[in-house]
Amino acid sequence: MPRMTMIEAIRSAMDVSMERDGDVVVFGEDVGYFGGVFRGTQGLQQKYGKTRCFDVPINESGIVGAAIGMAAYGLKPCVEIQFADYMYPAYDQLTQEAARLRYRSNGDFTCPVTIRMPTGGGIFGGQTHSQSPEALFTHVCGLQVVVPSNPYDAKGLLISSIENPDPVIFLEPKRLYNGPFDGHHDKPVTSWAAHPLGEVPAEHYTVPLGKAVVRRPGSAVTVLAYGTMVHVAEATAEETGIDAEVIDLRTLLPLDLETIVQSVKKTGRCMVVHEATLTSGFGAELAALVQEHCFYHLEAPIVRVAGWDTPYPHAQEWDYFPGPARVGRALREMMEA
Amino acid sequence: MTDGQGNNPTGRLSLHVPEPEVRPGGKPDFSNVTIPKAGSVRRPEVDEHPEAMRDLAFSIIRVLDREGEAVGPWAGSLTNEELMEGLRHMMLLRAFDSRMLMAQRQGKTSFYMQHLGEEAVSCAFRKALLPGDMNFPTYRQAGLLIAGGYPMVDMMNEIYSNDADPLKGRQLPVLYSSKEYGFFTISGNLATQYIQAVGWAMASAIKNDTKIAAGWIGDGATAESDFHAALVFASTYRAPVILNVVNNQWAISTFQGIARGGSGTFAARGLGFGLPSLRVDGNDYLAVHAVAKWAAERARRNIGPTLIEYVTYRVGAHSTSDDPSAYRPKEESEAWPLGDPVIRLKNHLIRIGAWSEERHKQMEAEIRDTVVAAQKEAEKHGTLHSGGRPSMRDMFEGVYAEMPPHLKRQRQQAGV
Repeated sequence: MPRMTMIEAIRSAMDVSMERDGDVVVFGEDVGYFGGVFRGTQGLQQKYGKTRCFDVPINESGIVGAAIGMAAYGLKPCVEIQFADYMYPAYDQLTQEAARLRYRSNGDFTCPVTIRMPTGGGIFGGQTHSQSPEALFTHVCGLQVVVPSNPYDAKGLLISSIENPDPVIFLEPKRLYNGPFDGHHDKPVTSWAAHPLGEVPAEHYTVPLGKAVVRRPGSAVTVLAYGTMVHVAEATAEETGIDAEVIDLRTLLPLDLETIVQSVKKTGRCMVVHEATLTSGFGAELAALVQEHCFYHLEAPIVRVAGWDTPYPHAQEWDYFPGPARVGRALREMMEA
Repeated sequence: MTDGQGNNPTGRLSLHVPEPEVRPGGKPDFSNVTIPKAGSVRRPEVDEHPEAMRDLAFSIIRVLDREGEAVGPWAGSLTNEELMEGLRHMMLLRAFDSRMLMAQRQGKTSFYMQHLGEEAVSCAFRKALLPGDMNFPTYRQAGLLIAGGYPMVDMMNEIYSNDADPLKGRQLPVLYSSKEYGFFTISGNLATQYIQAVGWAMASAIKNDTKIAAGWIGDGATAESDFHAALVFASTYRAPVILNVVNNQWAISTFQGIARGGSGTFAARGLGFGLPSLRVDGNDYLAVHAVAKWAAERARRNIGPTLIEYVTYRVGAHSTSDDPSAYRPKEESEAWPLGDPVIRLKNHLIRIGAWSEERHKQMEAEIRDTVVAAQKEAEKHGTLHSGGRPSMRDMFEGVYAEMPPHLKRQRQQAGV
């Protein structure tokens, strides 16, 4: 089986989808000739022509608005917002338009659009290239929100997203593009070459939306994570020797509550880890759901480890990032509770 | 502060905030609106270079003159039968508005928006399109549905949010949707549909199809960023789209000078994008149709998009939620120099011997009966506060193609 980095797997998902379905079109800033600033669309314009993969004017609302019009026509656009931090001008189109076409027209018009955007920090991107805005999307009815943590899932989930009849926000943790980063920024960079989930079929396959997966079985505590934090949580479990069960949510909306509840009922403890700021973050939703469904199984308060409630800083990147040290400390404290 | 000569002797800055010519209590004044003679504006070939027709952004294309004659190079796009049909559509829309406005006042629905004075714009435009074309309208283009033959009862069912509402009570009154009739679901927020129209048109071109799109926006909403997005995308990809700006002078209480700024016209906004930008008398059914047909041909021949500014006047309130006498003189609509679109077309038809006062009265009565009958039919299915209404279960449907587990749980909690 071929080995791919996460960015190669994402490109392969679009390639396979464009090959199978002439209605799939790909566009965004620097996406056409150049192949994207992270190389996510490299070679697609050469292979499928300028009318199926092209560059656009720098206008995110325009990108999403045009995609909505195309989807209403019958195409299946898969568009790129260059950084998740750039999505704000498109927020109206995403939340009040894409998310609601089906509902407000009673199914007369639908919006099968996939919006890819690199998310998260870890690359010294400062406050406008590091944000994790997933909770701004999970709060919007009509959207679906996906965050892959590895090449295999990224390809299968992106194909599922493109084939989905409703809009999907596809957040790509940019620090994972080229390797399974576990938060140890001072250690040599590891690549996907040695990781089992770097094995990616060249052909079409799907990973279903709405299904979480247990990455590391354990009995002491359930750690809910997605994206980069899955690798941080796994590493922390090994380093602390705490037998954590790490769940990779993969899709935040719709959420696989069943897998979460099953695990927390078994371990009796629950920690949520995300890179996004703490207050009103997706961790708050997860904590609320866990206490609603597992209250009498909990042996300790639910703990959230997240980005601090500050803008993402530049120099203090690693003080901000909830890496293994912070997660490990919180895990130990939780086990003492 | 600047003196009359453009000097600023004190060096102190001051902010300019535009004001309309007249406020309530004042005498209406449209002396600043230059109205060229009907028939005086040239009609270029559709493939003329946009740079060569910049003059059209600063004039007003008019066909009907003061005597009701159709004159000049833009005349002759419609037969007498088509003109009589056009008159009927405008009268239907006006009668429909009048009944629904009354229904709102009677508490049968929450809200309404009428077209009074602007009927020609959407009614005439619709006749320049072909089946399969798609409009991306605002809330003041119901003439697209009326002139397209959409059932009036279904419009009323939507307005009443009753149990026959095609949109299941999910949308505000007048925010219709009909793919079949080339009418994109109206959002209710502003300008978002403009760039969507461009995207739809791009899709038609990507698929090498033959269909074209039309985007709609009001003068006030041209200030939105999505207007700019639409123009730049339309220009870059030469999308087969007609970009309509309905300049009815007022954005709720804000006069058009606030959105227009220092630019001479709204049509002129298109010039920087290299778009042919035409200004047309929006109260002249013949002129609206001729210009729309010209732009549609340009799109269909794959030459590219066109921007059209319809110069008109919003005679009524913005909606049932505002009182225009609070922000403009009551007599202003009567002073509007481009007249009433229904009367102008009627006079033209009488002038050419195709119509009479008597036939007009007959049609008025027949239309009133048609609208009243439709209203009775709709009210059998209920109004907002009485009779049939969409079910509570409907509220949970259609958020997604397939209902996700969390929504199923909530529906269960709601007991439906």
